[in-house]
Amino acid sequence: MDFAGAYSGEFLVFLLDGLWMTLKIALISIVLSFTFGCLIGIVRYARVPVLSPVLAVLVELLRNLPLLLIILFSRFALPDLGLQLGPEGAAIAALTVFEMAMISEVVRGGLNSIPKGQIEAARSSGLSGVQTLRHIVLPQGLRRMVPPLVSQFISLLKDTSLATAIALAELMHNAQIIIGHSYNYAIPVLLLCAVIYFIVNYVLSLLSRRLENKMV
Amino acid sequence: MDFTVLTENMEPFLRGFLNTIWASLLGLAGSFVLGVIIAVFRITRLRPLVWFGTGYVEFFRNIPLLLVVFLFYLGLPSLGVTLSGFAAGTLGLAVYTSAFIAEAIRAGILAVPAGQTEAARSSGLGYVQTMVHVVLPQAIKLVIPPLSNQFINLVKNSSVLSIVAGFDLMYYGDVVATETFDTINTYLFVAMFYLIITLPLSYGSRVLERKLARHD
Amino acid sequence: MRKHWKMISLGLAACLMMTVLAGCGGKKEEGGLAAIKERGKLVVGVKFDTKLFGLKDPSSGNVEGFDIDISKELAKRILGDGSKVEFKEVTSKTRIPMLNNGEIDMVVATMTITEERKKEVDFSDVYFQAGQSLLVKKGSPIRGIEDVTAETKVMSSKGATSVKNIKEKVPGVTVLEFDNYQDAFSALKAGQGDALTTDDAILYGMAAQDPNFEVVGKPFTDEPYGIAFRKGNAELVQAVNDALKAMRESGEYDAIYEKWIGKKPAE
Repeated sequence: MDFAGAYSGEFLVFLLDGLWMTLKIALISIVLSFTFGCLIGIVRYARVPVLSPVLAVLVELLRNLPLLLIILFSRFALPDLGLQLGPEGAAIAALTVFEMAMISEVVRGGLNSIPKGQIEAARSSGLSGVQTLRHIVLPQGLRRMVPPLVSQFISLLKDTSLATAIALAELMHNAQIIIGHSYNYAIPVLLLCAVIYFIVNYVLSLLSRRLENKMV
Repeated sequence: MDFTVLTENMEPFLRGFLNTIWASLLGLAGSFVLGVIIAVFRITRLRPLVWFGTGYVEFFRNIPLLLVVFLFYLGLPSLGVTLSGFAAGTLGLAVYTSAFIAEAIRAGILAVPAGQTEAARSSGLGYVQTMVHVVLPQAIKLVIPPLSNQFINLVKNSSVLSIVAGFDLMYYGDVVATETFDTINTYLFVAMFYLIITLPLSYGSRVLERKLARHD
Repeated sequence: MRKHWKMISLGLAACLMMTVLAGCGGKKEEGGLAAIKERGKLVVGVKFDTKLFGLKDPSSGNVEGFDIDISKELAKRILGDGSKVEFKEVTSKTRIPMLNNGEIDMVVATMTITEERKKEVDFSDVYFQAGQSLLVKKGSPIRGIEDVTAETKVMSSKGATSVKNIKEKVPGVTVLEFDNYQDAFSALKAGQGDALTTDDAILYGMAAQDPNFEVVGKPFTDEPYGIAFRKGNAELVQAVNDALKAMRESGEYDAIYEKWIGKKPAE
């Protein structure tokens, strides 16, 4: 084991490059999957004819497939269907599609947890369906959704590492390249990566706890 | 859909399918045992055990599964222990999942009203007896839904074995895809095989969840 | 019972969707010689993990090797400027899909010309002659292909011809396939297998990287490397073949060969 060699300046910079890519891809995917996930969750909650059942099938399928398969599919199979994506595009597409399905379930669960009595009361006091959703259901639902959403975002950030299978130059991929230089770097580099992931995710969960406290 | 990829490569598909099931079952058993131990550590009054349990859960929940698997596959050999891709992958899967299972079990135990524990203790039951006869039977009911969710995740996550040549479904799928050049159909059949395992599991867990809810 | 029907119809709908997905395939033709000249840049798929042929230096970010220099020389002869070339990382697994997607114009990545691959892509003339061999830890009892038995664990890269070859030479041998050679080599160093097999040219690069490993035995196959193109680009293939020929005549080829392989090419 060679800790000094593994932690030399150029390797650290190389790992930070990887971390930057991980954060970039994760952030874009979080924004996209949150947006689509909310939309799907709301549509399914509202039981829109035709659309809701179709989305239900889609969500059910995506949730039950390994993300790695979706990543490989996006990179190597989509081009045969006429959609060309590089490693970054494929990673974002796969993470977005997979996490959107997971997030839509969180959103739907959060909305469903609002007692029906409240909704009936709101409707009978003259609020429209959209108004009820905006003023009664969403504010309460969102508060309940924060903890599961944050753990979903942490999952997404960790799952970005799977994109090493399509040679995306993220943290895990760059770690593998350094290990390729000398096997003595294996444990030092893997431990350093663990610390980096841990810090990023821990900060994320601390932030969410503060957010939760503010909302209550 | 073109079935020739499937019929001409039935052997690798089936071998991978069985290995995925095998890895999932071993992973489930291992993660359950580890998870119970860690959960018990965290609710004891012994500070060192609590610290260890908390550290274990926080560490493994905040780093990617792939990193855990690499630590076992590439890291352990430099400490003199060599595990095959299948063994390292399955062990990584068990250790990683156990952190989530420990959390689910702990939450279940804490949800049992403290008054019951006190009543049991004051009526002369020891700590272990209280746990086994009063707390755990009730906690299990609360814990089953999140546990079944973890098992589905475990099946999906077992696909990381493919990255360390663990001979699972994803690995053989990848091999067949690169040998036949028929990427789309190969990946769709891989998806189908995963769904054969995961769809009944999610359906079953939902039925179980509903049944448990009705009993309360 | 109604709930069960709902699940079953969900499942059927899922299968239907997958069938539709699988149905709409089809590839397209593009990126011929004219398109490259108009763009003023060659986009070449090369290895980033293969010492001597295509290796990315983490500190400088440059890719270096025999395949890189050949690509630059091609750019010089086709576009008149050796710097008008963009390198994209390919592995044995990704190079044919990436080529057929149109992400790259050509593959210059230690790629053996085989009959099977000829059904998928077009090849240039042979530009490097390699042969498959074995890399082992120094002191290993394996001294050549004759020592490899069904019990030996051999590692290689997904999609490489070497996997097929070794399975034919030694029926029943266990092959561990990784995403690329660097990962396979890391696993060999971790003691996860007994030998790594691929073309000797790549193996010599690995042995140069880590002196604890050596190449053993005589090459047991012929691996003529070719530059690969999407099907139906006869003009581009011709231009590259002309350029390769001119490089050999001018002595440029020999110079690149000697720079990386350390000796003159055999006649």
